[in-house]
Amino acid sequence: MRSPHRTEDPSQRTDENAAPGLVRFSDLPPGVLRDIALVLLADVLVGVSFGAIAVGGGLPLWVPVLMSLLVYAGSAQFSAVGILTAGGGPVAAAATGLLLNTRTAAFSLALADDIGRTWTARLIGAHLITDETAAFVLAQKGRGQRKAAFWISGVGLFVAWNLSVLAGALTGSALGDTDRFGLDAAFPVVLLALVLPALRGDGAARRAAAAGAVIAVVAAPLLPPGLPVLLALLGLLAARRGPGRRRPRTPSPRTASRRTTPPGSAS
Amino acid sequence: MNATLACVLALAVGTYAFRLAGPVLHGRVELPDRVQELLTTGATVLLVALLATVALTEGRDFAGWARPAGVLVGGVLAWRRAPFAVVVVAASAVTALLRLAGVS
Repeated sequence: MRSPHRTEDPSQRTDENAAPGLVRFSDLPPGVLRDIALVLLADVLVGVSFGAIAVGGGLPLWVPVLMSLLVYAGSAQFSAVGILTAGGGPVAAAATGLLLNTRTAAFSLALADDIGRTWTARLIGAHLITDETAAFVLAQKGRGQRKAAFWISGVGLFVAWNLSVLAGALTGSALGDTDRFGLDAAFPVVLLALVLPALRGDGAARRAAAAGAVIAVVAAPLLPPGLPVLLALLGLLAARRGPGRRRPRTPSPRTASRRTTPPGSAS
Repeated sequence: MNATLACVLALAVGTYAFRLAGPVLHGRVELPDRVQELLTTGATVLLVALLATVALTEGRDFAGWARPAGVLVGGVLAWRRAPFAVVVVAASAVTALLRLAGVS
């Protein structure tokens, strides 16, 4: 520890030694921070409506609040509460929610590298994996930016979601039906805007995603919720068998063309 | 134990187990670049399939025209590189206005 570097260059020292667990707002371009803030705002409105719907449906206050803290997955929470308030029973509610959340396992595998190396980071970070954080991370290119995108959107969304669910559960249905504001269109379009950069420069991913989307939509009326989206992974076969079967020898042109898009932002 | 509490806890434990898969396996299993690439594409495929089903369906039924119309408008704007805020607000506004006009 008595390295001569210590006094010579303290700023570099903190960067190298303290950085592994640390993420700064400045790691992300302002545009991405703005995008995250906007998604936070949208999720706040959805969270308020979730809390209001759960309590309005006759569940005690602690159910939506505890669920948001411990389960922390919007679509699974909505479906579980929907089943509980409709009298479908707790077993069906848990099973449907779990089926919907199987996809988070795939996200966690894809994001593992960006969460961090320490066990504290892994154990806390795992809980913050959602559709939105996955989309934000996948839209970033650099390693540092991906990590920053994960933690900033992850912590922000967790805090915003839980506070808004609590607010919604306390105030009841003061906001009314959020579908009136077209908010149900916001979630899919947020995901769409976030995955577009990954799709633009990558024909194989585009084919796989298109095939997967068709599979999922066709299967949706036939299968229990959650399964159609998993079935979409079959679309990955389309990426292999398409015209771009031979993968380009030099990946650099693709990467270069992707970088012309500001990371994570359609602006 | 209260059945609802058991439901919440089971859902919480199961979901956390799914989420832990990546961080736990990370560093123990050395994934080839090819598999890593497949995982990234797989995540994108899942997100697109999710947004497509959410845009078009409600449970097992068609969601109605207002929501997919809004998503389509937002998607076109995003493709033409409109700012994120414009994309989201436009999608919600189109859906809300269609509903106001009586289109479900």
